[in-house]
Amino acid sequence: MQKLNRRDFIKVAGTTVAVSTLGFPHIATAASKKVVIVGGGTGGATCAKYIRMADDSIEVTLIEPNKNYYTCYLSNEVLGGARDIDSIKFGYDGLGKHGVKVVHDTVTAIDAAARKVSTKGGQSFSYDRCVVAPGISFSDNIAGYDKAAHEKMPHAWKAGDQTVILRKQLEAMDDGGTVLIAPPPNPFRCPPGPYERACQIANYLKTKKPKSKVLIVDAKDKFSKMKLFKQAFERHYPDHIEWVAAGDTGGGVKSVDAKAGTVQTGDGKTHKAAVYNIIPAQKAGAIAHTAGLADDSGWCPVDHRTFESTIHKGVHVIGDAAIQAPLPKSGYAANSEAKVTAAAIVDLVNGREPGEPSWVNTCYSIVAPKDGISVAMVYNLVDGKVAKVSGSGGLTSLDSPAGDRAREVQYAYSWFNNITHDAFGG
Amino acid sequence: MPAKKSHAMLLGSVLLLASSPLMATPSASMLANTCAGCHGTGGNSVGPASPTIAGKSAEYLKDVMAQYKSGERHSTIMGRIAKGYSDEEIALIADYYAGKSFESNAAKQKLDTAKVEAGSKLYKKNCSKCHDENGSLADDDSGILAGQWLPYLQFTMEDFRGGRSEMTKKMKKKVDKLDDEQIEALLQFFASQE
Repeated sequence: MQKLNRRDFIKVAGTTVAVSTLGFPHIATAASKKVVIVGGGTGGATCAKYIRMADDSIEVTLIEPNKNYYTCYLSNEVLGGARDIDSIKFGYDGLGKHGVKVVHDTVTAIDAAARKVSTKGGQSFSYDRCVVAPGISFSDNIAGYDKAAHEKMPHAWKAGDQTVILRKQLEAMDDGGTVLIAPPPNPFRCPPGPYERACQIANYLKTKKPKSKVLIVDAKDKFSKMKLFKQAFERHYPDHIEWVAAGDTGGGVKSVDAKAGTVQTGDGKTHKAAVYNIIPAQKAGAIAHTAGLADDSGWCPVDHRTFESTIHKGVHVIGDAAIQAPLPKSGYAANSEAKVTAAAIVDLVNGREPGEPSWVNTCYSIVAPKDGISVAMVYNLVDGKVAKVSGSGGLTSLDSPAGDRAREVQYAYSWFNNITHDAFGG
Repeated sequence: MPAKKSHAMLLGSVLLLASSPLMATPSASMLANTCAGCHGTGGNSVGPASPTIAGKSAEYLKDVMAQYKSGERHSTIMGRIAKGYSDEEIALIADYYAGKSFESNAAKQKLDTAKVEAGSKLYKKNCSKCHDENGSLADDDSGILAGQWLPYLQFTMEDFRGGRSEMTKKMKKKVDKLDDEQIEALLQFFASQE
């Protein structure tokens, strides 16, 4: 074992001069550096691949319970019937080609002091740096929404089986039925998702079950891309989508009775629909809580330069689970955070100071077969925090012509193909 | 020589950095990696519409980004993103992707052989002076059209012809003489190049 020198360096930020000290304890020079990644979604997979692309002397192990990952993005097209569930399914062979060791197991503990990850299957992995990318888990803000209710009134907010259940319910529904979507309070994964979902389902109903409708009973009074979505509701689905603000129902859906097939809103009223899509409030994925990486907000505080946990040193939290605002909890942001984190980790394990980060978010919503809308933003680090680059980004214009809207759909598909290839491709 | 020019730009941005310690510039790869989610890992897009940006000359990439930024070149989303970068940052991104190789997408798209054939003849007569070697040469600083995704070529040409993006005078003179069918044939020809 050789002790590396402790490196002191001066960071100049704004007018203040901060002196920070980084320690690199117990790094064996003989063995290669080890990174363990917990979670194989967009963030985890991207991070694993980009670490290996930047420095293939680093041993990267990605631990993920499932053999396949189903992307949340574009799962709304599966619900609307425009695409098949298999088209949003991705395996881990591509990461294998980059030399990432993929282990299918469930992480049960992360010991930040001992730098060790343990699994349900009894395995243990030591690391120099750990990346936790667990996505989301659900809070119990809706009474009665238990495991059984998940099957009857699917959230479909983690794609896969849940997506298929909801799609089957929509297919089985008689014409004339109401589909009740209950979007969650902020913050949550994919802020425009519930409203794109309403459009995709309404598009299916409009063509296949025209007497049916989508009723959005929101837990909020405003939402992402709101003007653009309201335009889409009026333009494409005037008879098929109704949105009700939280203020009109006492805060949206507060409890469900899965057996009776009813839900209750905050104003005490009971509602009955043919199909329900109940999306509960969210917090960081389970392992983030078990490992003590989350704070009272339910999400994980991180140093934005490196996405290293401010609670446990040596552990980085990326993707939906992190407190990354003003970056949104989106797939593109997770992909972008993963690359910043990969670069920081490559620097850190090689004894260098992490460089200046840069992030982008782009997020498309397909509101009709030839009508796509988007939001984009470039972010940089200001005073140690993620900040929007002023003058950049913004939304599709409300009056953008039909031709541009059709292009945005093509760019949305390009986004999907490229980001999934960037994260999971060999 | 584009390569020399871009080195000069790089040096310029390093000097600028040194003289203004309050603003740190991210590295070229840090900046460029954020493009990959839409334009593909290393700038090679898997389609169907976002263009491959790998292998184009730095001069071309800088010009186009500046045009997106100013609105001279129409876009759905690129203008909004281009506005997030300084000229120095754009130069770094441009150099980064200029250093990657363009992989042709010809085999990955459905093309009409008759149109490709017709386009081949039109190319020689109208485009070959500036878009060298069937539009495959980066050094002519006019992009790489050979093997590019067809929808991107179609969108771009639609904007040029519709007056939403600015063409060079030379190009406009040629393009204005061609009809819809001939333009489509040309674009199919470029897209078909291996």
